Amino acid sequence: MTTSAAPRRDGSARDTILARLREALRVPAPLPHLKSHAAAPQPDGKNGSRETDGLPQLTVLPEQAARPWLPDGGDTPAERLAILVENLGKLRALVHRVPDLTAAADLVGTLARERDWRQVAWHDHPLVTPLCGGIPCGTYEVRPGSFDKSALEACDAGITACDALVAQTGSILVSSGSCGGRGLSILPHVHVVVARCDQILATLGDALHFARSRAGGRLPSMLSFITGPSRTGDIERILVLGAHGPKELVVILVD
Amino acid sequence: MRSSAIPTPATGSPAADRAAKQQFLHDAAEHVRDTGHRAFVRKALGGYYASRDAQKARYRDWEQARDAASLAKWSAVNRLDELLPRFVANFEANGGVVHWARDADEARGIVLGLLREAKAKAVIKSKCMTSEEIHLNAAMEEDGYGVVESDLGEFIQQLRGEPPYHFVFPCMHVRRDEISDLFGKHLGTPPTDSPEELTMIARRHMRRLYVDADVGITGANFLVAETGQISITENEGNARLTVALPRMHIAIAGIEKVVEHLDDLAVLLPMLATAGAGQPMTCYNTLYSGPRRDGEVDGPDAMHLVLLDNQRSAILADPEQRDSLHCIRCGACLNVCPIFKNVGGFTYGTTYQGPIGSVITPHLRGLADWNHLSGASSLCGACTDACPVRIDIHHHLLHNRRNAARTAPNRWEKLGHRLFVAVASRPWLFATGGGVFRRTLGLVKALRPPLLRDWLATRDLPQAPSRSFRGQWSRR
Repeated sequence: MTTSAAPRRDGSARDTILARLREALRVPAPLPHLKSHAAAPQPDGKNGSRETDGLPQLTVLPEQAARPWLPDGGDTPAERLAILVENLGKLRALVHRVPDLTAAADLVGTLARERDWRQVAWHDHPLVTPLCGGIPCGTYEVRPGSFDKSALEACDAGITACDALVAQTGSILVSSGSCGGRGLSILPHVHVVVARCDQILATLGDALHFARSRAGGRLPSMLSFITGPSRTGDIERILVLGAHGPKELVVILVD
Repeated sequence: MRSSAIPTPATGSPAADRAAKQQFLHDAAEHVRDTGHRAFVRKALGGYYASRDAQKARYRDWEQARDAASLAKWSAVNRLDELLPRFVANFEANGGVVHWARDADEARGIVLGLLREAKAKAVIKSKCMTSEEIHLNAAMEEDGYGVVESDLGEFIQQLRGEPPYHFVFPCMHVRRDEISDLFGKHLGTPPTDSPEELTMIARRHMRRLYVDADVGITGANFLVAETGQISITENEGNARLTVALPRMHIAIAGIEKVVEHLDDLAVLLPMLATAGAGQPMTCYNTLYSGPRRDGEVDGPDAMHLVLLDNQRSAILADPEQRDSLHCIRCGACLNVCPIFKNVGGFTYGTTYQGPIGSVITPHLRGLADWNHLSGASSLCGACTDACPVRIDIHHHLLHNRRNAARTAPNRWEKLGHRLFVAVASRPWLFATGGGVFRRTLGLVKALRPPLLRDWLATRDLPQAPSRSFRGQWSRR
């Protein structure tokens, strides 16, 4: 192993690898052995059907396809809410439904007292800020330009908004742009998410589509689907919550 | 740093590769006899089967979902020459820097160069199989960088001085009392038999390390061509922390990880979780595109991605086995494999164990020295059935056997086949031979000739019937 300067042979490595790929792909591969025809080539050619030299035409996973074979995400808002709440329960997240932000603020205050929080981190957001005024403990607001990771590490809980909730999988979509950055939702021991019920989407595909269309061509540097509190099964495949990320995930749904 | 008592994968040198088969046979024999270990591994996998089946049942049609996942990977892998440059252009437009590595040596050099440039003092890593493939940790330690594996299983394996036993469940072979002793020795913690308490020990130990690290190293599960994002799947939150707090992020990914559409992940992410660990979704599925943006709170100042070929283009050049590049490393084929369950993960001596490892390792490291892995299969096809992206795994093991026989024919095997054809095509010879065989079987059992001794060590010969099948038939 040499320790000389990093090989800046990138240009030639790139060319070599791309030449290898072009050469390798000159012989087409057989199509995969499919057991059904629903996902197979569609004749209408809509939604991104494409052709390449010598390859058959394929329509692969058109955006917003219903995908009636994946787990159900619900067709109506009520169904989506029910599926989401059921999935979050199975994932051992704590779900609270409250009528308004005042009730949400009371709930957060109660949590802080019950769990003896000393410091809670938050970010400025119409759903989060109103909850943080009356918390009976210290608060730390994460802000661009004055972020201190040690201060965040010392916090007992982090309160964030989210971009969307996914009924199908019980996931919460957070982004570095609108949910307090990268660390707030992962470093404190408890993650409290505040969301409106109308943020619940049916499927993962819907959430990816939503994130993209909202970003308008400039995606945030991080998009993360959080599915339950942090967990591990590394010791004898026994489930333990709170491996490195939050031990508890509290979801507050405001009607 | 590796313990001599535990069989660890060969280092990749030609001599070590030549010894690979001998090591496999030796370790397999050893492990098969270790019924305690086998029972432990089976028990650990028992929970996986139950949760996997429960999650699969939530799919309205699992087989159609497999078709879709398979097609998404097929169409990406078969247009890699077009999609990889598209991914790179979009990744760089997002502010990331791409480095191309033809082989392991080049990849290591790139990472070490970046660490020097960053004047790194402390490096934190989240689970990354490509880094195991290129033996990155050893190279970093040789250059004087402290590196800590943050994934709990990988951390335990790092303290034990062993590579992962299973590429998804790295320490599934280790008992909790061994982990307790290990933590006591290295971290000075009191003994405990609670998996929860052991996990909390690692959690407390790691928190400061995330904050203090300069550089975070991760792998990547998917590279999204149309958006230039990389997708990282994990349960513990350690990858999220590794990419949130240090000032530089380096990701290492195989070139085959490309998918075309962001929307492809709507199928691939849940299937990876269900097939791999029996979950609806892995706890954190995160898409990264570049370093911290203006107006964002935190995140690294620089993001680098090392794209690793390391013989993947050679697999691509084999249209018959090209679909082995569809692999999303879920580990489902290991979990169902009777060979894996009986010989254990270390016996393979490879970075990627189990059926998929047996398919790709001969391509990555040479068929001549690694063809024995093609025989590490009962051809039951459980791996192929379990594969969420429909890789024809057990047939590829046969393809490798055929290719090996073509390039280096085994004279004894050929002679044996010719002998069999000669006997079987002559009914009188077949009948006479059968009679001799029936009468001498008991003698063979008693004498245990050296040629059969290894075979007989773990097997018994059947009781020969007094009359042949044809004899019995004619008397009916």
